[in-house]
Amino acid sequence: MTAPLVELEGAAVRLGSRTLWSELDLSVAEGEFLAVLGPNGTGKTTLLKVLLGLVPLAAGTVRVNGAPPRLGNHELGYVPQQQAFDRSLPIRGRDLVRFGIDGHRWGLPRRTRAIKERVDEALDAVGASAYADAPVGLLSGGEQQRLRIAQALLGDPKVLLCDEPLLALDLASQRAVTRLIDERRRQSGTPVVFVTHEVNPVLPYVDRILYLVRGKWAIGTPAEILTSERLSDLYGIEVDVVRVRDRYLVVSAEDELPTEPGGHAHHGHAH
Amino acid sequence: MGIGFYLQFGFAQHALEAAFLVAVSCGLIGPFVITRTMSFAVHGTSELAFTGAVGGLLVADNPLAGALVGALVVAGLIGLLGQRAAERDSTIGVILAAGLGLGVFLLGYYHGYASEALNILFGNIFGISSGQILLLGVIAVVVAVVLTVIRRPLLFASVDPDVARASGVPTGVLGIVFLFILAITVTEAAQIVGTLLVLSLAITPAAAAQRFSANPFVVTVLSVVMAVLAADGGLLLSFQFPTVKPSVLIVAISFAFYVVARLAGPAVAARRRNRIAVPDLAELHRG
Repeated sequence: MTAPLVELEGAAVRLGSRTLWSELDLSVAEGEFLAVLGPNGTGKTTLLKVLLGLVPLAAGTVRVNGAPPRLGNHELGYVPQQQAFDRSLPIRGRDLVRFGIDGHRWGLPRRTRAIKERVDEALDAVGASAYADAPVGLLSGGEQQRLRIAQALLGDPKVLLCDEPLLALDLASQRAVTRLIDERRRQSGTPVVFVTHEVNPVLPYVDRILYLVRGKWAIGTPAEILTSERLSDLYGIEVDVVRVRDRYLVVSAEDELPTEPGGHAHHGHAH
Repeated sequence: MGIGFYLQFGFAQHALEAAFLVAVSCGLIGPFVITRTMSFAVHGTSELAFTGAVGGLLVADNPLAGALVGALVVAGLIGLLGQRAAERDSTIGVILAAGLGLGVFLLGYYHGYASEALNILFGNIFGISSGQILLLGVIAVVVAVVLTVIRRPLLFASVDPDVARASGVPTGVLGIVFLFILAITVTEAAQIVGTLLVLSLAITPAAAAQRFSANPFVVTVLSVVMAVLAADGGLLLSFQFPTVKPSVLIVAISFAFYVVARLAGPAVAARRRNRIAVPDLAELHRG
């Protein structure tokens, strides 16, 4: 087995005086799909920021492909959540994708055939060629996310970090986007760290789950983590996990769940 | 006494050169101003160039130097106090009000010709010396060089700040650098069209340009071309119609570009989107 591509030992993160999580041990190996679950504000996104070098650890160690995180590490591909671009924003799909090659570089862009071909290939690979020249502000959420994946894959990343990439997407786009990410993982062995508050759309691909709840965490396969016992323990209240066909629903016996669980339980009731 | 007559004179040639230099800088920053939604920052820094200019007149009898210092101070303050976009708007409003108040206060102590100060508000393109042309030229070159160097990371940071930061783009520093570039450009432009009408060169051409294309390079070229046409075109027209101030004609041309873009632009955008059709819904639903 190869060395883990992401490795945290005894890691802790503090924002101000608040400890988001601590004593976190985690390693992600080649080809693995890790889903990071938990309610809002528990530090899921912060975990990605630690790996990207945007947030330092308060304790412990972290290694990405054997080295400490650093800003501008192009071994990492980063797919953020879909954002609303202004309709008149003068940026085409291919411009957004091309940022993945030289968006961080100073000076005039080189206009070489090689770069154009790489961008065209990346667009083609995610099925975005048809709208490559359209302004991004006119594209749907699903189309935008395909461009973002193309952008992230252009740098030929060693690890893919995804931060709620399915948020605000319709079901068909959720599936298409997830499948593209999974494809990369299977073809190139690129491990995926996938932050989400909704596990069901990615469940078919997930190897392990890291579940964060208010400073506590659990890690294991979906079958190990998504049980009434484990989640009740994490949340500190009685929580029922119900499996309906291939979906998991998290239901609280109490009227108000303190936080939002794996399913879409905004008011303490799963649906 | 038409255009040909005036062109024999040095002041007219200087004015054309100055208008060209200013228009190029304005055309270059315009698309970034719009992408970063900083129109109000342009307005704020340009109006406070007035305060700086009055200060410059009082202290050293040099309004341009004063305006430059004033705009840089304001840019620094906006950068320092308004890091978050939501905060920036109100911060600029507060600084603008306080700064203009200071400008009016300083004006009370100025006993020179009031027209010197009013020129700052509405522009005086015909009073430009060769020394000032040189200064405007240096400023234009600095703006062009800096914008060329930071172009890609600035665009990345403007469009997609989170991913840009993760890719190692120093988004905070770039934001401040851009504010300074903006402040310098705006002060330069205030010499020609006046602080009140700077937006006609720094925003309007870029706003018109992005109705014609989504290609950032094409938008920049169009923005520069329209700014130059408006600035020098307005000036030439004012030779033909000497009763109208050149800044008014510059604004009129640039506004005309915008109206045309507004009318033609939506059709352009619709065609662009229609060509795409609905590409892969069928494939999506198979998934």
